[in-house]
This record gives sequence, C-alpha cells and structure tokens, in this order.
Amino acid sequence: MRLAEHQYSSVSAIRGPLLFLDRVFAARLGELVRIETPDGRTLSGEVLKITGEQVLIQVFGGTHGLDAHNTTVSFSDAVMRAPLGTGTLGRVFDGSFKPRDGLPMFIPEFRMPVLGAPINPVARAHPVEFIETGFSTIDGLNTLVKGQKLPIFSCSGLPAREMTDQLLRQARLTDGGPFVLVFVAIGLTHFEYQFYQQTLEHMQSRFVAFINLADDPVVERLLAPRLALTVAEDLAFRQEMDVLVIITDMTNYCDALREISTAREELPGRRGYPGHMYSDLASLYERAGRIHDRKGSVTLLPTVTMPEDDITHPIPDLTGYITEGQIVLSRELHQKGIYPPVDVLPSLSRLMQYGIGKGQTRKDHRDLANHLYRTYAKGCDLRRLEAVVGRDGMLAEDRKALDFADRFESDFVHQGNTRRTMDDTLDTAKKLLDEFREVSR
Amino acid sequence: MNGKVTSISGATVCVDLPDLKIGDRVFVGSSRLTGEVVRLDGHIATVQVFEDNRGLGIGEPVTTAHGPLTVRLGPGLLGGVFDGLQRPLHRLQQDSGDFITSGQDPFPLDLNRTWDFSSKCKPGVTLKTGEAFGKVREGHIDHLLLTPQEGTLAQLNTGKLQIENPAAIFEDGQALPGWHSWPVRRARPISCKLPPTTPLITGQRCLDFLFPMLKGGVSIVPGGFGTGKTVLEQTIAKFADVDVVVYVGCGERGNEMAGLLDEFAELTDPRTDRPLMERTIIVANTSNMPVAARESSIFTAVTMAEYYRDMGLDVLFLADSLSRWAEALREISAALEEMPGEDGYPTYIGSRLSGFIERAGVVQTISGVTGSLSMILAVSPPGADFSEPVTQACLRVAGALYMLDTQLAHRRHFPAINWTQSYSLYSDTAMAHFTEQHAEWSRLQSRCRDILQHEEALREVAEVVGMEGLQDRDRLLMRTAEKIRLEFLCQNSFTDDAYATPQRTLKQIAALVSEHERLSEALKDGVLLDDLLKEDTDASS
Repeated sequence: MRLAEHQYSSVSAIRGPLLFLDRVFAARLGELVRIETPDGRTLSGEVLKITGEQVLIQVFGGTHGLDAHNTTVSFSDAVMRAPLGTGTLGRVFDGSFKPRDGLPMFIPEFRMPVLGAPINPVARAHPVEFIETGFSTIDGLNTLVKGQKLPIFSCSGLPAREMTDQLLRQARLTDGGPFVLVFVAIGLTHFEYQFYQQTLEHMQSRFVAFINLADDPVVERLLAPRLALTVAEDLAFRQEMDVLVIITDMTNYCDALREISTAREELPGRRGYPGHMYSDLASLYERAGRIHDRKGSVTLLPTVTMPEDDITHPIPDLTGYITEGQIVLSRELHQKGIYPPVDVLPSLSRLMQYGIGKGQTRKDHRDLANHLYRTYAKGCDLRRLEAVVGRDGMLAEDRKALDFADRFESDFVHQGNTRRTMDDTLDTAKKLLDEFREVSR
Repeated sequence: MNGKVTSISGATVCVDLPDLKIGDRVFVGSSRLTGEVVRLDGHIATVQVFEDNRGLGIGEPVTTAHGPLTVRLGPGLLGGVFDGLQRPLHRLQQDSGDFITSGQDPFPLDLNRTWDFSSKCKPGVTLKTGEAFGKVREGHIDHLLLTPQEGTLAQLNTGKLQIENPAAIFEDGQALPGWHSWPVRRARPISCKLPPTTPLITGQRCLDFLFPMLKGGVSIVPGGFGTGKTVLEQTIAKFADVDVVVYVGCGERGNEMAGLLDEFAELTDPRTDRPLMERTIIVANTSNMPVAARESSIFTAVTMAEYYRDMGLDVLFLADSLSRWAEALREISAALEEMPGEDGYPTYIGSRLSGFIERAGVVQTISGVTGSLSMILAVSPPGADFSEPVTQACLRVAGALYMLDTQLAHRRHFPAINWTQSYSLYSDTAMAHFTEQHAEWSRLQSRCRDILQHEEALREVAEVVGMEGLQDRDRLLMRTAEKIRLEFLCQNSFTDDAYATPQRTLKQIAALVSEHERLSEALKDGVLLDDLLKEDTDASS
C-alpha cells in the first residue's frame, strides 16, 4: 500500500493506444492509472510493462489530444476492478462500464478484478442440464448445456444478427430457475445497435448489456467481454443465477487484439494475429462453467464471423479448439431461403450427450437425433451423385433419401421466426422420420 | 540473500540477484510467486514466472530456492490431480477456494499417511543414484523407494513409515525420507535402453490391428478440432494394458478435465478390478491457467512417469495436447525477444521436443529391472494443416502416426483414424509378437489393408457410374469394405464396445475377411451377387 497517490507528468512517447512514462517509482504490473489530458478530460489506462523506471501504459479510450508536457498520470496502486452488485441488472453499459442508457451509475456492492481467476479444474462440475434456445437445429441436434461454451460460426451477410436477437428473446430454462442474459456487443454498428435496442427494452431486468460501438475506442473492445464475464461470474457464483453470455462478434475482438499487439510491436503470427491469441481467447471462453456445490452457471454463446467463409482462418480455428463444439451457418442454406441456416453436418455440441435423454429432455431424443443426422448425411452424400448421374439414374431408395434431405431442410431446419419448444422440435423430428421410415432406419 | 524486481513484461520478470544459475527456482515478489531463471546477464537474471503476476511491483523482493524447479516423488502420487507445477489441486481447493490464486504452494504428497515399509537391503550395501532400497505397497503396485543420491546404507527403519521420516540412513549421516525431489528438466538415470518388443494393447481395434503400438514406443495423434483427439486419448487412458497412466491436460478445456475426473472416479481398471484412479496420475493445466506452467506441465508429468518406470513398471504417458505446449514455448520465446523460426516458433523447438520425447523407451533401471515409458501425444495443428512445424517436428521422432481426419469425423466415423495415411513403424516387431499367438494375424492385416485401399479407388469410379455400374466383384469389395469400416474400424467410446481384446478383434476381422473370400469364390463360379446376398439374408432370418 502506498501512502500517497503518485502523480507524474513525465510522458516520453505516445504511440497508438500506448503511452510511455519515465522516472516512475515502484509501478505495478496491471496497475490502473488515471490520465488527465491537456484539455481537462480524464481517461483511464493500465500498466502493461515496466522496465526499470520506464512504464508502458495502455490507454482506454484513445490517445487523441494527449501530449508529452501537459498530460498527467496518477497511479492507483490497484489492478482494474469491475463494480458489481444487483444494480447491474437491466442496465446497458459501454466498454469501460459507463452507463449507456442515460441512467445514473448504480451503487456498487463490491469490486472484483476484471481479468478473473481460473476455476480450479477439480472444482468444476461437469455440464449436464440443458438450456432451450428455441431453435430446432440447436436444441434437437446440438443441445446447449449449462456451463458450456458453444460458438456460432457465421459468414458475412448471413442472418447471425437475427439469430442473436432471437436467442436473446427466446433462450430459457425449462426448470424455471433464475436466468439472466449478459449481452456483449463488440464493434457494433449504430444501425445494428438500434436493432438490438428494441429487444433489450422488452427484456426488463433479465439482462445486462455491454455495448462497444464500432466508433468507440478499440482498447475497450478487449475490455467489454472481460467486464461482462466478471459480472456474469458474480451473478452466477455469488447470486446463484444461471447466466447465458451472448457475445457478438468475436472477429471484431480478435481484430482489436491484433491492432493492439501490433502497436506493442509484438511478433505477428498467422495472418498477423498475435501468437498468444489462443491463450487470450481461452482466458475469455474458459470462464464459462459450473462449480461443485454452487447453484449458478456461466454459459457462453459467442458469434464468430468467418472471414471469407473460411473455417480454417485463425479466429474460428482457435475458437473451435477451445470451445465445446460449434454451430456452423451455411451460405447455401441461406440462399435457399432457410432460416436459421444452420448446417448440421459440421455442427457439433460436445456436451450434448450429457444433457439429453430420459430425465433431461426426452427418452427418444438421442435416437431421433442420431437418425436425423445419419439420414441427412446420407442424403447430402447422394446429392453429389445426383449431380453426376441425375435423379432418374438413381435407385428408388436413394431418391427417397434425397427427398428426405430436402424435407429435413424445409421442415426441421427451417422454422422462420417461430420459437419451438423442445417437445415441438422432437415431435417435428419424429413426424419426419416416421414419414421416411424406410430410409431412416 | 534478497534481490529485487527491476523490470516486468507480462510473465517475464528481470530481477537483480547475484549467484543464480540457469534453471534455478526463485520466489518473486511479496506473494512469493514461483519462477524459473531462463537467462543471465551480469547480475540481472530474467525469470519466467509460473503464476499470475498481476499487481507485482518494481522493487519487490526476490529470493532463490538454491536449486532448480523440482517435482516431489514418493508414495501417494497415484490417484493425484496436480497442476503444471505439481501443486495438488484438491488441497489447493481446500486452502484457497474454487478459483486458483497465486502464491500457494501446498505439498503434493500426503505427509500424514502411514505406509508399510519393507526392505531386503542390508546395512553396508552401497547404492547408486536411482537404486531401490525398499518398498511400500501403493494400491496394486509395489512402490520401490529410490535413492536420489549414492551412499552406503547404515540403517533401515522398516515397519510403519510416514514419508517425511527417514526410511533409511546413509553412513555419512544423510537421512533418506520416503520422498525426494528431482529436477523436472533432468531425465532420471537408467542403466541402459533396450529395444521395445512387447505390444501395448490399447483396446482400439483400428490401432491394435492396423497400427500397433509398442510398450516404450511413441505415437502422435494429430487432428483438427472436433476429430476426437481428446476422446481417443481418454479412452486409451482407461483401457491400455499398462500399470500406471500419467495423463496431462496441457492447455486444454476445463470442462473436459472435469468430465475426465468424474468418469475416472467411477470406473474400475478391467485388469485389476480396482478403481481406475488408483493407477492414474492427472496433471491438469487448462488453457486459462498460466502459460509458463503449461510449458513446465509436460516435464512435471514425465518426471513422475519416469519415477514409476524406475520401479520396473509399464507406464503410459498421454498428453493433450503437445501443440499447446509448443505455443507456450513460443509465447515465452517471444517475451524473451528471441529470433523466431517458422510460424514464430523458436528454432530450438525441434531439439527441445526430441529431448523430451527421447525420455520414452524401454529401459533397464539402476535397480536392474525392466520398465517402460510409452507416449501417446495429441497434436492440434492449426487449420488441420499437417505441414505446420509442431506436427513435423513430432513426426521426425515418433514411431507411429495416428492421423485423425476431419472428413471421417464429419461422417461420425470414430475414432476418426485415417487408415491410408496413418502408419506404425512398430508394425513388424508387433507382428512377430502377434503371429506367435495367431498365425493368421499378418495375412488378415494385409488382406484388410488391400480391401480398404481398393475401395478408395473404386469409390471414385462409383461416383461417376453409380453403384449399379460396377461389376459384381467390385460391388462385393465395396460392401465388405463398408462392413469393415462401420463394424470393425468404428468403435463407440461411450458403450461397452469401447474396449476390444486382441482375441475379439482378431475373431471379428477374421469373420469379415472369410465371408468376403467365400462370396468371391462363389462369384467366380458365376453366381450373381444379388442372389448370394439374398441367400445369406434368408439363411440368417
């Protein structure tokens, strides 16, 4: 503990979002600093690196208008902490935890470091209880369970926004416990924000939102999800609620990471993204989970837009290595007018098997899902053959499988804006399989 | 003597403390974070900190542990769950709660437990470093107590033993407690290496039959995400016919570790009927735990594996995944501002990796018994591109490649082992062993390979002309190949089918191949395939 506040005006260099300060006494790694600009504004920043008496500071909120002589930096002697409490519910914040909804700041009950601490692996409880999203392709074939992290891999131009919006409105627990949505938007355009605003207004106090707009400071894109997850952990593990965190769009997050990393002159890795992106993403995604003998849970549903529709691009690739499965959207299905355009073949929920079946969803769930998947995969395989030999040249049974694939897409995958309960989903599946009994068994 | 912190960049910290050696363990800052000296420049040492060091300040004190980073070895390791620095995670949870905090250092072994120590050694015997001087019973195994240094025995305290008390005393007065420390980065001493000869039965049909593994061998399992690396590693951990399994979750998912712990706690070892955890050591350093500890985790784990090998046991070391270890090395190297090689990995990745992998093998131990350490290592190539440096560096030293295929995984063919591109250099040795038990083994294997290879070629034809356009001979082959794929190569890890004995494996493939041969003979006699198949269906119903 320092007895007096340390204040310096010895800025030696400013580079991008970074500020170099000389002749600093006893700085701490990750220490929060307050920066006063020559024109009287106040910004905050964080200590990234200390070499002897020189300190490198990352400035939240952009360095425009800063200079070397009239800028003062005060050190707080503490790492960055997020204000927490029930006051966060129903509120919209920006990427530095300032209210964006025009209401005054809530009174924090206490504060926690925003970077969190890893859950001890032996304290983790394995995810088993499912969350209903209202989408048949997710609930039926790629079931989401509490404590899971399941990303949506989208492509530009696909209706990921509509899906996210619907998830915000539809997601629920079937056992009706306390359930909260934490919505994190990173690099959101004003146009999209207006779109989500209406949804948030209808959600009353069931949500907490962190909105970083496309023209907000880039550093806050890195901060917003961490603030949100700190709030989510508090709601889940202290206030015993089940929390679903929806993040859109992780591609903007990774691009911000690349931007900051380049400014720090770090070695670029694949496609210019920093080599530590895997660990960085893991420090976010791994905050999802359940803990033995505690009631709440943090479930993560991030959206990733695959640049050039490429699933091997570093962002979806590293995400896929950390998360427990993925929901993949398909341009082809979208062009056929199918909504949500989920391609179930490359989609996967690794934890689904623990969350379905008797006592969880329904006894016949696993069988139905396996049959749907297998028959649809067969139909899709045959589509390639059909392209070569034509439908007339095929066996009757194979033609039937082709019909099944079409009907599966139009009846099961496609559901428009309607919400399907788990029972609706499984009934639709059963009806379809009964109709095509001869090819599906 | 106290030094102090002079600069901090992430987990890389410079300290001013004289007389340090490379590899020395130091305690950094007032919360005593564990670090390792990686570079020396005058009296300034660069230290890699293994714990979260946010809040660490310039000028905070630094002390040395007067020795390298070590693991504590002794009875009671089996059944343990540790992090990358061998901190016992259960005790850590009792001490500091559900979230991991920095600056904790609980002792990894249970000091209060009492063991029955017995010994055949007599006072006056001179022991070499690593030689056994007695044993205790740990679960299903005889746990040999090994001396960490040489000396002549003066006294043995057989009977009830708590491991912190001396089990024996050397003539020079040096006490040998039930446990000792060993530097993680130094391989334990052996008499000599022996060539591997005995197959390691994994219970996976595809592996045991087509790509057998040997005890003391090394195989790598590369695969993109969703290809089932983790499930395969965990399934092998459950069923492999070895005495001890060391499983390292290196930079992987926390929920997977939780699943593994839950599952292993309930399962029993099919060979001994004892709880599976009794033969297992788990090292869990998940992806959100500190990166430097991830780098050290595989060394911590392999040293414990070597320790059990030195008791004359068969030990299997499983790591998931080596790529995360390599990435940790890359992050550390970048922080040290070293010159990067391919894809940003340091140029010494190849030598560091081979140095580690060479710790596997069949050995004659110092005590004169034979032990083996086998490794099955998962690799996660970015974008499932196998030309990347980590996969390639592994390939140069590994004896078997189990390549996992994204296409097969999409078709839900698990384990998704690509049978055309995987290989095992141990095949011939294993075959010599198998053929002793079953003369047919080698013929069946080459026949099975033949059929699968032919199918590949035929499938291209079939995609153009359709199945109907193929000759009966080829259609039969396609049919058999499909059966081999679906009934033999596919193996569901979540049912009773998860484990297949070699006998059952052989019986199954023999049946499939002989049916194929019977039908091809009949075809030669001019019978139509459809009629043959119809006969078969009628006969079976």
